[in-house]
Amino acid sequence: MESAESQIAEWRAYVATAPGLNGHDVDELEDHLRHQIADLNAVGLTADEAFLVAVKRMGELDSLSREFAREHSGRLWKQLILRDEDEPARKSSDWFETLVFAVAAAVVVQIARLAAHFPEEEPTWLARNSSMFVLPFLAGYFARRRQLDARRLLLTAAPFVLAALMVNLYPYREDSATDVLVALHLPVVLWFAVAYPYMGGTVGSHERRMDFVRFTGEWFIYYVLIALGGAVLTALTALILEPTGIDVEWLPEWVLPSGAAGAVIVAAWLVEWKQRVVENMAPVLTMLFTPLFAVMLAGAAVVYAVTGLGGAFDRELLSVFDALLLVVLALVLYGMSARDPSTSPDWMDRIQLVAVVSALVLDVMVLGAMIARIGELGFTPNRTAALGLNLVLLVNLAGAAWLAARFLTRRSRLHRLERWQTTYLPVFALWACSVVLMLPPLFAFT
Amino acid sequence: MRIDKDLVAASATPLVLAILAEGESYGYAILKRVRALSGGELEWTDGMLYPLLHRLRRHGYVTTDWRTPPEGRRRQYYMLTDEGRRALADQQRQWVTVTRALNDVWPGSGGPLTALGEA
Repeated sequence: MESAESQIAEWRAYVATAPGLNGHDVDELEDHLRHQIADLNAVGLTADEAFLVAVKRMGELDSLSREFAREHSGRLWKQLILRDEDEPARKSSDWFETLVFAVAAAVVVQIARLAAHFPEEEPTWLARNSSMFVLPFLAGYFARRRQLDARRLLLTAAPFVLAALMVNLYPYREDSATDVLVALHLPVVLWFAVAYPYMGGTVGSHERRMDFVRFTGEWFIYYVLIALGGAVLTALTALILEPTGIDVEWLPEWVLPSGAAGAVIVAAWLVEWKQRVVENMAPVLTMLFTPLFAVMLAGAAVVYAVTGLGGAFDRELLSVFDALLLVVLALVLYGMSARDPSTSPDWMDRIQLVAVVSALVLDVMVLGAMIARIGELGFTPNRTAALGLNLVLLVNLAGAAWLAARFLTRRSRLHRLERWQTTYLPVFALWACSVVLMLPPLFAFT
Repeated sequence: MRIDKDLVAASATPLVLAILAEGESYGYAILKRVRALSGGELEWTDGMLYPLLHRLRRHGYVTTDWRTPPEGRRRQYYMLTDEGRRALADQQRQWVTVTRALNDVWPGSGGPLTALGEA
């Protein structure tokens, strides 16, 4: 019996190393194995024979692990392990491909900068198009990685071409507000356009949409890390060169735009290939910041509810609030994408609900102030864009709060909440699109 | 007789749902029931049952609960939900349609429909 136990323990340790399986899964499989062994013992097999037959019946660990990963794509990115089955192994030229795209983006940004004589001059077309110089390369990078066919390549390129035409053919007036709005919203539109090649064209799949949310969060973390490292490096280079008398004035304007552009691609590559690192870091970060934001939001909601709005809601504050609400949404979305959907509600879900409800209260107050302002002074491009964004956020937060409350009281499942968010993603994309395409003509390009 | 791999995979969901419709159960017991029902003809790789069960849970067809029975180890029990019942009814309709079609082109076989209790 002693040896049977140690055999099972060894098997357990071996199974636990498989990607895609967590502790509960291994417990469940072990229970199964023990039952099977007991039954085989009962029909007269020896302990050794019973163990061997039971393990054999359990199936090969490789295919089992793949099957688990297919089901729990959130635990581990399925494309990582599914790849060894379906696709030939990645060549070592992988980093080279990344480098080509990164350098291309960096060079294009530099050409645009020189053409615009930035920073001496600041033509509006530069700000408006800045995302246009970089994100097509990211889309191209994913199109190549996912080996899209011709039809999907066309569908990948279409939004970029369309956006480039619209953004540059519109006759914006001098000091136009819609121009600035387009500069702010175009990156969002193009980021959603990157989602298409990222998902390999399967934009209807909710699982793949969640993967894209996860990718976005992790890409952001890597990007911030690269930016921090880059800033330290640039600052040190400038300091080191200073005593030699070499003029380092030119350094930032060459290094910053190109570095920022190249880092977009490199961060995407890191997300794809150094998955495990971020997988450990991201849940920790959300766990750290969700409670802090929840406290801050709840405090703000209470303070504003007590003191009332008054004249406090001026334009700057409104945009601060919008940014805040977006951060909350990002935290909630990302926290959800990093969560193990099979566990029951815990304290983190409660804290998240507090954050969402507080954000909802704030959003309602912001909306009230905004509608009052519009009633008083009429529509402007800025007010329209802010009003639309707040309405879009309001519906999303209300739905999320309702479903989260039902999940916490165990009347609904987390799956519903996830579905709500992944179903809602196109609404954000559509809103950003309409700001870029429809708002400028509506307000006569002012 | 060896049943084709695709057919085994396709029948797995309705089989598991139907077994859980008889009452809550856990992994090993479900698998034993499958073997008994098919007279050992349906060969499953044991481990594959669990990803399937987890998928049913994600779709909300079953709920789960970790419990420790008086005599045994802690294990996960699976229970059919109302949504699961609806999914089972839907599956049944599909299978009845398929078997009816097969019955019609296989005259005299008398088989699958009676097996589903729909003759």
